Amino acid sequence: MKNILKSCLHSPRFMTGFILFIILLGIALFYPLFHPGNPLQMIGQNSFVEPGTYLSLYDANTVNLNGKTSTFIMDDAAVNRADSNISEADRQTMLAYLAAAGVDVSHLDTSHENLDSLVTLWQENYDSSKKVEGYTTSAKKRDLRTLNSRLLAALNAGEQTLLTKNGDEEVRTAVANNAYVRSNQVANVINLPLGTDNFGRDMMKELAAAIGTSLIIGLIAGTIATILGLVIGLLSGYLGGIVDDILMFVCNVFTVIPGFVLLILIYYSVGQEARGVTTCAIVIGITSWVWTARSVRSQVISLRNRDHVNLSKLSGHSLVRIIVTDILPYIASYVVMAFILQVSSGILAEAQLSLLGLGPKTTTTPTLGLMMNWAMLYNAHTQGYWWAYFPVIAVIALTSFSLNLMNTGLDQVFNPTLRD
Amino acid sequence: MKTEEINEAIQETDAAIQEADSRESVTFGANRNKDFSKEPMCLSGRGVTRVFHTGKITTVAVDHVDFDFHRGELISIVGESGSGKTTLSKMLLGLLDPTEGEISYMGKPRDISTRAKKKEYWQGIQAIFQDPFSSYNVFHKIDSVLLDCINMRGDKNLSKEEKHALMTEACSFVNLKFAELTNKYPFELSGGQMQRLMIARIFLLKPTILLADEPTSMIDACSRATILDMLLKLRDETGMTVIFITHDIGLAYYISDSVYIMEHGKFVESGKPDKVMLEPEAPYTKRLISDVPKIHEPWDLSTVG
Ligand SMILES: Nc1ncnc2c1ncn2[C@@H]1O[C@H](COP(=O)(O)OP(=O)(O)O)[C@@H](O)[C@H]1O
Ligand SMILES: [Mg+2]
Repeated sequence: MKNILKSCLHSPRFMTGFILFIILLGIALFYPLFHPGNPLQMIGQNSFVEPGTYLSLYDANTVNLNGKTSTFIMDDAAVNRADSNISEADRQTMLAYLAAAGVDVSHLDTSHENLDSLVTLWQENYDSSKKVEGYTTSAKKRDLRTLNSRLLAALNAGEQTLLTKNGDEEVRTAVANNAYVRSNQVANVINLPLGTDNFGRDMMKELAAAIGTSLIIGLIAGTIATILGLVIGLLSGYLGGIVDDILMFVCNVFTVIPGFVLLILIYYSVGQEARGVTTCAIVIGITSWVWTARSVRSQVISLRNRDHVNLSKLSGHSLVRIIVTDILPYIASYVVMAFILQVSSGILAEAQLSLLGLGPKTTTTPTLGLMMNWAMLYNAHTQGYWWAYFPVIAVIALTSFSLNLMNTGLDQVFNPTLRD
Repeated sequence: MKTEEINEAIQETDAAIQEADSRESVTFGANRNKDFSKEPMCLSGRGVTRVFHTGKITTVAVDHVDFDFHRGELISIVGESGSGKTTLSKMLLGLLDPTEGEISYMGKPRDISTRAKKKEYWQGIQAIFQDPFSSYNVFHKIDSVLLDCINMRGDKNLSKEEKHALMTEACSFVNLKFAELTNKYPFELSGGQMQRLMIARIFLLKPTILLADEPTSMIDACSRATILDMLLKLRDETGMTVIFITHDIGLAYYISDSVYIMEHGKFVESGKPDKVMLEPEAPYTKRLISDVPKIHEPWDLSTVG
């Protein structure tokens, strides 16, 4: 036992998988501790808010009113401001105008790095009275004028004044263009590392909860499948004869009908109301024990003719004792590996089911599959809201990857011939 | 290696040689000329058959064999590999049901239909198997193997010291030191030591019948004689019936009171070893005998190359 643990620690594959798994488990366990609250609470009024930290404008200004601002001298503050205020379309208009006015802009584009030179060129060359081909109509001219004033405002922003009401009295407060507030001075800050989904729910919170639920589904399904497969395989392999025939017939039935179809049929017939997370896990478990049973059976068949089993029989040991002490320990390592794979395939099965819209009906906890389903239903993938589906895919892939790595690592530990 | 270690090794070898010299060499069985047919019947069979079906292939491993084993007799069953010896021994042990035929135990038809009856039967018959490496549960320590036997013979309630003394006695019977074996696993022993531990097991259980299925065929030649010696000594002390299965007709001739020759699942010849060896009737027996290397005759190299 000690040796096995030691060689597990020395197997790079097992350790990589294990660490990955622990990280995922850590997210599921600890993220909700630090960010408590219902993961399915709809905090956003708009759907698919981009990832980021959101400061309450109101509160940021309150900090300013209380005079708790800090002043920094930032040389590129003006450019940054312009950068965030001048849209891509404006930059393209500027480039087009400059080109029409005969300025060489071949070395410029609309990127952030080029903004400085673009603005300089614009300020040198823009003249509202100049006649530039293509910009002679009054509408075009007006557009250019507003663009120019927007640009000037962004670059040379002086003080802004804030008008607030204190009772009946109106108070004007100056806001300097180099006044800063610390984000944790602001009373209301919303951190959305992964933005929000279509319902305006915090994706990160949802994802952490979903990892937890999906792991639970995997564990329940894996445990059920492994126990069923183990018991059926042991009985079928050890007893042989008619018991074997009957159990193998059941196995064959389950093999002939594709497991996933069976899963859908059983799950669908359960009825929507009863389709909770646990039911989902149980149904996945009872449809996926077949291959465990088959391989346990074949291992038991080769074991039951070993002389140590015969000797145990001659010692008068009971069937249960022989199975538990003379057969089980020999296949224990195999069963552990099968269990890990079953957990992984349980998680994937839930994801597949939910993607088809047959996921667990839940109003309290999301699952990885449900999150995929929502993202798909609300076209996150076609509209480029990557944060609504990509992290979920990555987590599903990583979970299954880490479990499979652990499995191959264990294979090397238990099977010295596979070590390199 | 250091010189002391080499010296030590040499001394150990010397001791082993001396021990081997002082040992009574394997001789003809003490009861060689005794007529066992007067003794009460121990195990007998009529028309015992076992057929295996593997897919479409049907193998008749044991084909209508008749036998009478008497109390205290040492019976050898001789046959080539694949002749059905192990299958027959499994049926004798009650580990495998015959497809046809009757087996009688102590003069009455054998009844092992329930677990309790089987348990009782196995109080009377025990076995040593061919491959010591697969005879032990690798997860159990040697102590538990021996303790199991003590429990089985009904000495469950003995004190720890008494059990310890029994185990030590059993080990010393087969020239093993229990103190060195305790807390070890069987796979830490050599094949010969494992097989000796099997004999220690039989020593503790003292069954009326011992079935030894080629107990020396997987052992290095040096340990073979030791193990045979111990088996014969145990038999002399307990008077148990020994069914000795072997492919070595010469060995069977030396040790047994009665020989059965098995070919393709059938007994082609049986009787006193002198009769079978010196006046063989079946062509198969003749072939087996001619295959025994004759040390005293010059090697016939004319057929080589
Ligand atoms: N469990 C089994 N299933 C099918 N065939 C078997 C089985 N056990 C033994 N046999 C066949 O029975 C024959 C006799 O085998 P065995 O009794 O092991 O011979 P021996 O011990 O003399 O070498 C062989 O041909 C073997 O292939
Ligand atoms: Mg054999």
